Amino acid sequence: MSDLGRVLVLAGGLSHERDVSLRSGRRVAEALRDVGVEVEERDVDADLVARLRSDPPHAVFPLLHGVTGEDGALRQVLDLYGVPYVGADAAACRTSFDKPVASTMVRGAGLRTPESVVLGHDTFRELGASALMDAVNTSIKLPLVVKPARGGSALGVSIVRTADQLPSAMVNCFAYGPVALIERYVEGAEVAVTVVDTGDGPRTLPAVEIRPDSGFYDYEARYTAGATQFVVPADLDDAVAAACAAAAVSAHRALGLRDLSRSDLVVDTDGVPWFLEVNVAPGMTETSLVPLAAQAAGLELGVLCRDLLAVAAGRSAAR
Amino acid sequence: MTSDMPYVRQTRLDSYVDRYAARTKGMTASEIRALFAVASRPEVVSLAGGMPNIAGLPLDVVGDALRDLVLDSGPVAMQYGSGQGDPKLREQICDVMALEGIDAHPDDVVVTVGSQQAVDLVTRVFCDPGDVVICEAPSYVGALGVFRAFQCDVVHVAMDDDGVQPDALEQAIAAVQAAGKRAKFFYTIPNFHNPAGVSLSLERRQRVLEICQRAGLLVLEDNPYGLLGFDGEPLRALRADDGEGVVYLGSFSKTFAPGFRVGWALAPHAVREKLVLAQESATLCPPVFSQFALSSYLSRHDWLGQVKQFREMYRERRDAMLEALPEQMPAATTWTKPGGGFYVWLTLPAGLDAKAMLPRAVTNRVAYVPGTAFFADGFGAQCMRLSYCHPTPERITEGVRRLGAVIKEELELRQTFGAVAPGHGRGYDAPGPELT
Repeated sequence: MSDLGRVLVLAGGLSHERDVSLRSGRRVAEALRDVGVEVEERDVDADLVARLRSDPPHAVFPLLHGVTGEDGALRQVLDLYGVPYVGADAAACRTSFDKPVASTMVRGAGLRTPESVVLGHDTFRELGASALMDAVNTSIKLPLVVKPARGGSALGVSIVRTADQLPSAMVNCFAYGPVALIERYVEGAEVAVTVVDTGDGPRTLPAVEIRPDSGFYDYEARYTAGATQFVVPADLDDAVAAACAAAAVSAHRALGLRDLSRSDLVVDTDGVPWFLEVNVAPGMTETSLVPLAAQAAGLELGVLCRDLLAVAAGRSAAR
Repeated sequence: MTSDMPYVRQTRLDSYVDRYAARTKGMTASEIRALFAVASRPEVVSLAGGMPNIAGLPLDVVGDALRDLVLDSGPVAMQYGSGQGDPKLREQICDVMALEGIDAHPDDVVVTVGSQQAVDLVTRVFCDPGDVVICEAPSYVGALGVFRAFQCDVVHVAMDDDGVQPDALEQAIAAVQAAGKRAKFFYTIPNFHNPAGVSLSLERRQRVLEICQRAGLLVLEDNPYGLLGFDGEPLRALRADDGEGVVYLGSFSKTFAPGFRVGWALAPHAVREKLVLAQESATLCPPVFSQFALSSYLSRHDWLGQVKQFREMYRERRDAMLEALPEQMPAATTWTKPGGGFYVWLTLPAGLDAKAMLPRAVTNRVAYVPGTAFFADGFGAQCMRLSYCHPTPERITEGVRRLGAVIKEELELRQTFGAVAPGHGRGYDAPGPELT
């Protein structure tokens, strides 16, 4: 057994990504057990708070995706009870989970982000959708990406290639949340860069290049084994690979993240990385990107997770 | 390419990706299916599942029967058995079918692993890839899954409040013939249809049989809900009036408990022989222990009294749903009014898409199954299946209230953005059987 003591893997929750979260939780819990860590897995429900109070774990690995898990709410609760956890604190999560806010912040740190507009359902309703959609089409060149301002797993995300596709993309997006981020679609290689910090400062794992058969890395392409080809490390020139790594570390720092994050980038045809979004509780399922990156780096997933938990537990001891 | 990395590789995370059978096409992750993971949480009122509500079963009686079964007949009950099924249970099954007017001989009964397996065996025996199966529109998602697995072409036939429309059935058969194909059978759920909630009227039953007889088309009569009617006597089965042209499927999943996985097929002699061989190749034999348990339950317990209790419980839930719907649904929403079974089929106002709306519903803590799950051709987006079998009447009322609010929000969204073409469905847009 490791000397970490009992750790808690939190997964599930009530977000649209519950299923993904449960799978992430199972995989991390198994990986930790494989390296001798005593693990309890549990959902986030009405009994959690009482449990944190009566029998607090040494550290928590939050693997809740989507609202509550990544918007800082759960981590605020863990802070209230003084339970250490892997990953960014509540304030940094609040910033990072909101894609438009995160984009603004990383742009301030010098990263490139696609031009975008952020509009809520209420705005369309009150001011008229037709005129606003015309304005969007005029101000940002097609193709566009429409996505919920908050959320993951590509849920509610559409690529809009012609103007007449925009209304259905908006409807699809607003089914998942009240605010839409509409940004220019950047043609290029999709790349995910994992940043880990196990006590020596943030460092990157090999970039994972994503090549979905369908051309769109949507929910089906993400979670159907075989539907996407991954290239690890990404097929990039050294300089471009270094630029991607630097971008991911810059985003990690600019957003005040810690321990673990995954930045999703697109490398355009000129080799320039564009920041799309960052994940503070990145997926850990059988088809997720962080475990692939860890494997390419020669890191055992369980060891990496154990090291991250040790860092979190150490923060508690240092307080 | 970077040179200092540990190693370079390409992966699809599936070593067998180029080796799967063609029939696995479409077996992919579905964001709609993933949403049902949330529906299993108690905060969500699930009107999505189809799990029978067996809380009222006399567990002491079942427990005694199982204990006696182990002690008295354990070595036999835990051994392989006949591929056709236990002879005594087949006799009892004939008594059950007699309630619906069927005069059957136990030799013509094949016990199966739920009636779901009976659908599978019949399709296995009759259908080659590309063969046509005619189904109602909508149809049972589990049967559509079987037809997909055997690479059948499904042709849907319109229904109304009296079940399948005979004229439409006739036209569909003619259209299939005109296309140079031959339909292998007509799959129908005549009683308390899943998902449509309607029953085939008595007047239409004879007509449907005549149409199929004339066309030489086998009828596959799937009847899991026949004894769960809320009014009057059980409806007369199609099989009761045609011993040669109908294969009848029955199940104990709704009248007793689905966990035993016992159903059956009643088939004409020649078909039955093939079903037995197909059963032996699929499972060797249906679960013997379950069959003995069923047989014991049927002989030792007032099982019809238990079914009556189930009916009353489901009727109360049906009433709660039918009472709540007119209060909560916006104008131009319509729904069926089931006389039994588990389901209401609801049609949204024009322009709404139940599949696209499901994330919003889950956010608002209510779930249903989008209508697209019940069509093989991607249609049904404007409809949804609402189950009343499991939640309490109070929860049903609350669920319908939440659903009404969701539909109103969606209407507002659609009014903002104008008409948007409904999305097409995929066969796996339904929850697994474990969802309440």
